[in-house]
Amino acid sequence: MLLRHTPAEPAVERQALTINPAKTCQPIGAMYAALGLHGCMPHSHGSQGCCSYHRSALTRHYKEPVIAGTSSFTEGSSVFGGQANLLEAITNLFSIYDAEVVAVHTTCLSETIGDDITQIVAKAQDEGRIPKGKYVIKASTPSYVGSHVTGYSNMVKGMIEVFAKSTGKKLDQVNIIPGFVEPSDMAEVKRMANELGVKTVLFPDTSSVLNSPQSGKYSMYPKGGATVAEVTSAGDSILTLALGPLGAGPSARLLDTQCKVPCQVLELPLGLRHTDIFIDALRKAAGVVVPESMMDERGQVLDFITDMQQYFHGKSAALAGDPDQLVPLAQFLSDIGMQVKYAVTGTPGKKFEAKMQAICGPAAKIKEGGQGDLYQLHQWIKQGKVDMIFGGTYCKYIGRDEDIPVIRFGFPIYDRVGHQYFPILGYRGALRLLEKVLTAIQDRQDRDAPEEKFELVM
Amino acid sequence: MSDPTSVNPEAGKAALLEAMPAKVARRRAKQVVVNQVGEGEAVPEIAVNARTIPGILTMRGCTYAGCRGVVLGPTNDILQIVHGPVGCSFYAWLTRRNQTKAAAGAPNFMPYALTTDMQEENIVFGGEKKLRQAIEEAIAIFKPKAIGIFATCPVGLIGDDVHAVARDVEASHPGINVFGFSCEGYKGVSQSAGHHIANNKLFTDVVGQSGTEGRKPGKFVLNLLGEYNIGGDAFELERIFDKCGLTIQATFSGNSVYDEFASSHTADLNVVMCHRSINYLAEMMEKKYGIPWFKVNFIGAHSTAKSLRKIAQFFNDAALISQVEKVIEEELAPVEQERLRAKEHCQGKTAMLFVGGSRAHHYQDLFTELGMHTLAAGYEFAHRDDYEGRKVLPSIKVDADSRNIEEIHVDKDPAQWRELKRDAEARGLTLNDYVGMMPEMKDGALVIDDLNHHETEVLLELYKPDIFCAGIKEKYVVQKHGIPMKQLHSYDYSGPYAGFKGAVNFYQEIDRMVNSKVWSLIQAPWQKEPQIAARYGWE
Repeated sequence: MLLRHTPAEPAVERQALTINPAKTCQPIGAMYAALGLHGCMPHSHGSQGCCSYHRSALTRHYKEPVIAGTSSFTEGSSVFGGQANLLEAITNLFSIYDAEVVAVHTTCLSETIGDDITQIVAKAQDEGRIPKGKYVIKASTPSYVGSHVTGYSNMVKGMIEVFAKSTGKKLDQVNIIPGFVEPSDMAEVKRMANELGVKTVLFPDTSSVLNSPQSGKYSMYPKGGATVAEVTSAGDSILTLALGPLGAGPSARLLDTQCKVPCQVLELPLGLRHTDIFIDALRKAAGVVVPESMMDERGQVLDFITDMQQYFHGKSAALAGDPDQLVPLAQFLSDIGMQVKYAVTGTPGKKFEAKMQAICGPAAKIKEGGQGDLYQLHQWIKQGKVDMIFGGTYCKYIGRDEDIPVIRFGFPIYDRVGHQYFPILGYRGALRLLEKVLTAIQDRQDRDAPEEKFELVM
Repeated sequence: MSDPTSVNPEAGKAALLEAMPAKVARRRAKQVVVNQVGEGEAVPEIAVNARTIPGILTMRGCTYAGCRGVVLGPTNDILQIVHGPVGCSFYAWLTRRNQTKAAAGAPNFMPYALTTDMQEENIVFGGEKKLRQAIEEAIAIFKPKAIGIFATCPVGLIGDDVHAVARDVEASHPGINVFGFSCEGYKGVSQSAGHHIANNKLFTDVVGQSGTEGRKPGKFVLNLLGEYNIGGDAFELERIFDKCGLTIQATFSGNSVYDEFASSHTADLNVVMCHRSINYLAEMMEKKYGIPWFKVNFIGAHSTAKSLRKIAQFFNDAALISQVEKVIEEELAPVEQERLRAKEHCQGKTAMLFVGGSRAHHYQDLFTELGMHTLAAGYEFAHRDDYEGRKVLPSIKVDADSRNIEEIHVDKDPAQWRELKRDAEARGLTLNDYVGMMPEMKDGALVIDDLNHHETEVLLELYKPDIFCAGIKEKYVVQKHGIPMKQLHSYDYSGPYAGFKGAVNFYQEIDRMVNSKVWSLIQAPWQKEPQIAARYGWE
């Protein structure tokens, strides 16, 4: 057994110890969000290990170059403050790496010692370290608050703070702020909006950044990413659709406060029902008719479900991941006749449990925060088996011990590829999820069926 | 295939520094040297183990990574609790590919990441109470015989004392060895400080904790230091040692368990693989217990043979020497066959290696065995002795960052000290020494410490090496340049590469990589031909 120290019944009621977390810390989310801005160099203001770990984790997940600078704190800078390090870093990032934007995020180290990034950036500006027409944006992302989702959200707020401007003249465009989702998902959301004929500004946008082609020529700033001009114009849009209450909600509300752009905070358009809600919101906002092509995509999802319902019905699942993803996923699984028995998220927030309980029913076991970890999920699974697990790569240790298929979902996915290229959002994403679920179920049936019950047609 | 002699090394060095601000270029100029081996293996001085330049896009990680990840990570039954916000524990969770074979029924804590997941109130009001409680919960669940507590950045800053907590836990749980590591990420200038901190604590709190009864049966008992079982390297070495009749008392720390560490002082010899990360322990064990050490290299079939002969020579036993020769003969035959086959395809190709504190040196042997040239190499976190050899140790100036890392004063323990040298020096063996990487590199090769992103790009453009070796952060940057990249931290999820079977794996891997067809497919047909004016064929 890989996880041989995980018994079904708890040896102790844990309150302080997290075992196998279902979250990571803020700065990685900030780094990821910053990569969704064109020409942007993320910068980690802390020990160089933070930056190294985040770059490594994102690289393992995307199999793509992930660039970022670090302030490389030493013991001296931890005592006297990291101002000198950040000033030097800003100079180097603009002069050696020709960044258009440097996106500074903090760490537990620089937050604990109380470095004032606003003041340091102002000093950099005064000292002429920021070339004309170039920018430094910032986000406060202490690792001891929230999770990677919080960090993502905070960096998107940082973009808005510096760039979004209201000129007083509204533009016929809708802002879409996606939560912490894959580049493929961002591209899919854009495609759907395009299909509807709605002009959108989507930011951040990591498509064509973290799924860039092999051309034989490395480009430090790939062609993707929302441009500074686009984010600036977001202040004049007629509406913001925030996709994901935690990942996108706070920044959409900031845009409302700062530039008077009204917002609607939606769940991620994951699965049929929440994609419907997204399309409907977009249609109403822009005053367009949903085209037949979109109806066809929707119809295919329905067709898949109606045709294959016998396989989905009554199957159970355990989920681990981020609240923004798990809530619509639970809804979708419930809609196709499955039952979510357990769900954990490390990301703190009480709303999660209430929302999930409402979807999955009172019998489902749901936990958030420090002890909403994979150890807890595994214990529940040992108490009552499920047919499949949705989660990141770390779930495969549970999957192997308990002989349960794991559907790679969320972050991080270190051991499979596909999430970079193929979305799980929208109707097409729903089809992909359905295929994954069905394949998991049917592969098991093929593997486990007695010879006389081995089916040709399924 | 690039021509290794086509670039003038001084011009190459100048190109690396060209686009940098003057202040940065001045610092980097001392960290980039053109190799030149003189009399007595004298090489030019290189400025290393220096502070990383902020914003340079370094490969380096932190002290915590060197301590928790590198040195302690590979052992499977010391329960490791990370005191800090969630990230540090999360990123060190199984990512280094340290394989371990825990016996059925024995503990295996490797797949578990334990953290206090510090929240804002713990930072404001202190986190010792939460740590104390987390340890109690961990003891109830895992029932470990030893616990390591790792401090992350905020812990040192807010004044949480992991050592005091460790003592407190020990007092209420006699029988559990609990020790803390002050390995906050900001200490030192790289992972290297973390290695030192880990070595110190292992030496003071673990090594020697069991009595002589812990010595494993066998005539030739030794410790293997600085071997971390990435991709199963230690398994291959265990196989070879066993076949030779050598007993590994403890490996620091690939595929290891606590009891082996605790009884490692009973061994008669320490052999050191990764000099940088573990030389402190070898030095301290030599002083206290009299255990001599020397450097070995099991990367490369011929290097493996050489290292085995050195060990046999140390023990100076006729039967052992003959058994080692027999093993080498038996193992080398199939390896040679594969080497020559791969060499035909790889001969004359070029490589660059920027990794670790020893690997950039060791792996040059494998490339040499394939007939490939190393154009440039460097370490991420090494010291001058790893580059220039331990002969420069007396002349290394200790700077403020290194002074922050405790240097333990060790005295001879008369009760446990043994005379173990067996006149090895008189028989021509050099003990307690490492010759360093540069004396074994060609003149004119570039040696670059703490290589950064910009310099990587310049090297690739200028030299167009056939293969580039570094870590995960560099992997896809290099490959996007159209050049194959081999990860030498994680082995690209393959291996082992150590020992005889490992060498075969590596030959096959490099042959596949440098000769893969895919690189020739990058250009589409229409990119190779100039644009032509044409009409549809049927018009």
